[in-house]
Amino acid sequence: MQVKDIVDILKCQVLIEGDLEQEVKTACGSDMMSDVLAFVKDQSVLLTGLMNPQVVRTAEMMDMHCIIFVRGKPVNQQVLDLAEMKDMTVLSTPYRMFTACGLLFEGGLRGGCDIQ
Amino acid sequence: MSMLHLEYQVPGDDFTRAGEASGDVKHKLKKLGYEPDAIRRVAIAMYEGEINLVIHGGGGEAVVDVDPDRVDIALIDQGPGIPDVEQAMQAGWSTAPDNVRALGFGAGMGLPNMKKYTDEMTIDSTVGVGTTVKMTVVPGRKG
Repeated sequence: MQVKDIVDILKCQVLIEGDLEQEVKTACGSDMMSDVLAFVKDQSVLLTGLMNPQVVRTAEMMDMHCIIFVRGKPVNQQVLDLAEMKDMTVLSTPYRMFTACGLLFEGGLRGGCDIQ
Repeated sequence: MSMLHLEYQVPGDDFTRAGEASGDVKHKLKKLGYEPDAIRRVAIAMYEGEINLVIHGGGGEAVVDVDPDRVDIALIDQGPGIPDVEQAMQAGWSTAPDNVRALGFGAGMGLPNMKKYTDEMTIDSTVGVGTTVKMTVVPGRKG
C-alpha cells in the first residue's frame, strides 16, 4: 500500500506531509524505542503512543519515513519540526494501537518479522 | 589519518538533543555513498551510545573516524562508570530511572544492541572516573 492508503484506512489527520505516494510494505507498533532499535528490520512505518523527539530520531536511524501517533494524541511542535526537517510524514489516528495495527494488517501491511 | 574525522559534544542535560550527532554521522555517510547496511548499523549503535551518554554519563564526547573499509566510533564520558560491565551487557539489565523509561528507553537493550549492530566493541570503565566505549563497523560483515 501507499502512505496515502494508511491515511484513509486509519482516518488520519496529516500533520506533516512527506511523500504520500511512497510504497510501504511493513510496519512496527511500539512505545518502547529500545525495542524498535533492537528488533526492527526494514520496516518503513512506526505506530506509537509515545510523544517525544526521540520517536523521530529512532525512526530516522531505522530509515522509517512515516510515523503514526495513535489515540489522537496532540502532537507537540518540537516533534513536528524535527520530523519535517527529516522529510518524514507524520500522521495522527483516532484509533488505539491494537485497532490501528489490526486495520493496517487487514489492509495488507505486515510486521516483517522472521516468525511470519 | 582517516578519510573523515568527526567530533561531537553530547550535552548531558538535554534528552531531546540526544541523537543529533548520530543523525549527522548518518547524513555524512550517506553523502559519501557508504554502504547502506553499514550506515544503518553505525547510526543505530551510535544513537544508543548517545542515549547512554545522556542517561548515564552526564554527557560526553563522540569521536568518529570513517575509512572506506571501517567506521570507528568512540563514546567518552566522565560519568560514574559501570561497576560490573558483564552485568550491564546482559539484555534487560538496566539502572535507568523511571523518567527515562517513560521516554521509551531504559529497557536494558542499549549495550546489547550496540554489540549486536557492530563488528567490534570494547568497554573501558572505571567507577568514579568514566567510561569509554569503542565500536567498529566493517561494511559487508554483519547484516
